[in-house]
Amino acid sequence: MTQRTHNWLLLAPAGTWFLVMLIIPLIVVFIFSFGERAPSGGVVLAFSFEQYANLPARWAAFKNTMTLAPIGTLSALLIAYPLAYFLAVKANPRWKTILLVLVIVPFWTSILIRSYAWIFLLGGRGIPALLEWVGIEGLRLINTPFAVLVGIIYGYLPLMVFPIFVSLDKLDKRLLEASSDLGAKPWKTFLQVTLPLSIPGIATGCMLVFILLMGEYLIPALLGGGKVFFVGNALVDLFLQSRNWAYGSAVAVTLVVVMLITVTIYMRLISRLGASREDVSIM
Amino acid sequence: MRFYAICVYLFLYIPIGVIALFSFNAGRHASQLQGFSTKWYGKALSNPFVMDALETSLIVAFCSALFASVFGTMAAVALQGIRGPVRVAFDMLIYVAVMIPGIVIGIATLIGLVTVFDQLNPLIAAIWPDGFKPPKLRMGIGSLIAAHTMFLMALVVIIVRARLAGMDRALTEASSDLYATPLGTFRQVTLPMIFPAILAGFLLSFTFSFDDFIIAFFVAGSETTLPIYVFSSIRRGVTPEINAIGTMVMGVSLLLLISAQLLLQRGRQKSR
Repeated sequence: MTQRTHNWLLLAPAGTWFLVMLIIPLIVVFIFSFGERAPSGGVVLAFSFEQYANLPARWAAFKNTMTLAPIGTLSALLIAYPLAYFLAVKANPRWKTILLVLVIVPFWTSILIRSYAWIFLLGGRGIPALLEWVGIEGLRLINTPFAVLVGIIYGYLPLMVFPIFVSLDKLDKRLLEASSDLGAKPWKTFLQVTLPLSIPGIATGCMLVFILLMGEYLIPALLGGGKVFFVGNALVDLFLQSRNWAYGSAVAVTLVVVMLITVTIYMRLISRLGASREDVSIM
Repeated sequence: MRFYAICVYLFLYIPIGVIALFSFNAGRHASQLQGFSTKWYGKALSNPFVMDALETSLIVAFCSALFASVFGTMAAVALQGIRGPVRVAFDMLIYVAVMIPGIVIGIATLIGLVTVFDQLNPLIAAIWPDGFKPPKLRMGIGSLIAAHTMFLMALVVIIVRARLAGMDRALTEASSDLYATPLGTFRQVTLPMIFPAILAGFLLSFTFSFDDFIIAFFVAGSETTLPIYVFSSIRRGVTPEINAIGTMVMGVSLLLLISAQLLLQRGRQKSR
């Protein structure tokens, strides 16, 4: 047996699996999105844009996603950056690895249980009860956009810290020394040296968090109480409750397309930002 | 700066800690700390619905982690020796599997499989001998394992590939120069080197599958996995029993994750 057939045989199971469980199902979704709803609940194949024309009916879900996802990403960035900076630049090297692992570990554990923890904390018998005890009454936290935002930050903070840490950790510390030796104030060193050099990390972190947030279902479902819903919640409703597969497929295709467009624009912006930075540094 | 870091760590760990704390609370609510008790654990573990869901989750996690690590490793090894369009296509597949939101994977698997099953079931019934009840393909443990295996395979390929890339090529070349067969080289040189990565991939896959909610929510059919059980009971209201289940799930995940981390680190040191 030649090396070539050998490789083919090794690739066959994984390739077939991807084809059957990923590519064909995605194509089915795409085809169904042009279909019409069958009276029995299935899909009648057609070539109509009716489902897409109907998208404005779910406008609120798209609007919520496209506002809370960027706000959540930005908030996570603002909280994550100082921590990543601390870990990469200030922390004792002996403790660095373990501190970093402590940040990341929660991300790999059940997001369901972690969001549940906030239901417990923000719910009527959690923090509001404590606040009542000190005299602040009638504060409602659970089932608000605020609760969803807290859940988002809590869920995705680790994912933001890691890439920023990596880019700051790679940064040559002598640059910082050179900057302060040349008389730059610490904040100026930060703005002109540290921050620009950590842009790749910021960009990666923001993109990872943003992509995951676009498809989020659990956090708004658990902490938004049906009032703050994302596209993900609309999809669950369309596929599992009202069983409108054709329309649901159109919403899913739109979500993926919006995601791709946003990511492409974002990458363009970042690379342009990176390019202009280089111009500055050459000058 | 340090104070800020401590605050963030508190933010990350207090909620988990609170759940663990209250899982041992004799009282029902957060506002009533009434002494230590393990009764909620007893209650959770004697609940037949919880045990059924746990069993399903364990079977699915084990099978999909196993399939994913075997097929993922095979693919990663093959991809090392392949260039050109096949390689590009495979990289694309892995990229798509990782990038597409879990919810879209869940939906696609659901409607893809249901459509295929609807076509196949009458066919099977037609060719089945009269007098016997024909089997019916439907969503359940099988579709759960198939869907989880798909996205976990992408994960295993990424992990094993990173390990293969860090490996010294001279070793396999030396082995084949000494007349080892390709299979012999794989068994005696490559496999021992990448084994920690495969095992880490298996453990990570197991945790992912065990914790996955969104894909399972769509493809589980009438089956209930532990996350689906927890989700539907949260919807019915917060109970101390969920605290106990949550604490156990977190505990098991942490254990598996730390083992995976240690394996990956040891592998990295070995190769130096």
